[in-house]
Amino acid sequence: MSLLAMNFFRNALLASLLASITCGIIGTYIVSRRIVFISGGITHASFGGIGMGYYMGFDPILGAVIFGIFSALGIEFFTKKADLREDSAIAMLWALGMALGIIFIFLTPGYAPNLMSYLFGNILTVSLTDLIFLTLLTIGIAAFFILFYRMILFISFDEEYALTNNTPVRLFNMILMCLVALTIVLNIRVVGIILVMSLLTIPQAISNLFTRHFHRMIFYSMFIGFIGSVGGLIFSYIYDIPSGAAIIFALVLMYGVVKLYFVVHKEMVK
Amino acid sequence: MVPLIDIRNITVGYEENIILTDVSLTIHDSDFIGVIGPNGGGKTTLLKTILGLLKPLRGEVIFHDCMTEGNHHHIGYLPQINNIDRKFPISVSEVVKSGLMSRKRIIKRYDKKDLEFAGQLMEEMGIYEIRNKAIGELSGGQIQRALLCRALVNQPKLLVLDEPNTYVDNRFEKELYEKLRKLNEKIAILLVSHDLGTISTYVKSIACVNHSLHYHPGNKITPELMEAYECPIQIITHGKIPHTVLHQHEQ
Repeated sequence: MSLLAMNFFRNALLASLLASITCGIIGTYIVSRRIVFISGGITHASFGGIGMGYYMGFDPILGAVIFGIFSALGIEFFTKKADLREDSAIAMLWALGMALGIIFIFLTPGYAPNLMSYLFGNILTVSLTDLIFLTLLTIGIAAFFILFYRMILFISFDEEYALTNNTPVRLFNMILMCLVALTIVLNIRVVGIILVMSLLTIPQAISNLFTRHFHRMIFYSMFIGFIGSVGGLIFSYIYDIPSGAAIIFALVLMYGVVKLYFVVHKEMVK
Repeated sequence: MVPLIDIRNITVGYEENIILTDVSLTIHDSDFIGVIGPNGGGKTTLLKTILGLLKPLRGEVIFHDCMTEGNHHHIGYLPQINNIDRKFPISVSEVVKSGLMSRKRIIKRYDKKDLEFAGQLMEEMGIYEIRNKAIGELSGGQIQRALLCRALVNQPKLLVLDEPNTYVDNRFEKELYEKLRKLNEKIAILLVSHDLGTISTYVKSIACVNHSLHYHPGNKITPELMEAYECPIQIITHGKIPHTVLHQHEQ
């Protein structure tokens, strides 16, 4: 129990829990709606904000929030209005964000502290402020999904039909895109820009092996995400490796084991 | 015959790419209109304009009072099945109940009466037993049934179907048309199809859509008329068994 006693480990555990809940819900939405690539674009575009934070001397995560939300809404806008191919628009934004980030950091005099933790994450250095924001986001997302669950499912499944029923499809899409951006950015502290997409997709891929129901996918993903995060945390502690990478490794390992079980099980039934 | 919707001289498309020009059509409460025409002729565009998904550049679509009671459009819509993501994690009953969504029901729970009606519809369509299955586990015909239930659960006054006979097993196709004939006793139906041969025995009138629209009152249509309507598609003849004869091409 000496492990738990350590303050930072307790924070890390709490961060894992909050990350699993937010990524469980938002990840299921992203995967079901097939907007994983869009989410990848938002993730990388937010690096521009991190660079801006460094350059202008405010919290890089705040910059990432701004860039994340603008790129999320920008993708919605450009593909609908500017008649640009969606995947090209995303790729452009993806690279533009990274480029801006690099330019800002290059222009910042001196050394950029913690830069690696934004790229690869470090769950052990998650601060109290990070935890407060993650908690607020968790409450917000959970409330939104509980209140509007049917509407979200309805729009995600068949947007066109939802439009014919005169429901506020665009408003919901915009709110959901903002929640996606916020989830990505706040979880950057936990696993980093490069790895955050896997926290939003691997638990879903595993739970998809068990269920094809939206609400179950959410709950299973939360659970699997939490197991993976804590497992990764323990890995990283024992072998002294970066926590973000260890978490992803634990999740992929879980996927492999479960998938193998299903394949073997199927063969045996035959 | 009570008019439900008046389509008045609509032009739809983009300025540089007009798809429908000056199209007019009135849909009455007991109509069963078959919409035919070549691919790219604007059948789906016409449908989407009626559904309010596209705004006409010129002209207007007028909904009569009985169509705007309450908060929804009173139109049930069966999209083409390949518009649906069959891997989406959603159950049959969730799909059906989603047809009940409207602006005022965003938070409000479904009424007991509505849920009972949804159950009754699923029973009628023979999908009640599989209501808790995910759509990914169903056949194309079963998904069509679920989508048809979704279109009917709001008790629409007009049912719009977009090519319901593609990718569907023969058994369901026949069942579907019989079902539509029965539904037509109460509601109007607009059916888009490329298969005039089959639908002509069920529809009451035909609309040929090829950039413009020619309305033909009656379900029998001759090759000469089709030509006059500029509607180059499969031509039918009426024998004992409805069958399709393709128009001979000039060499």
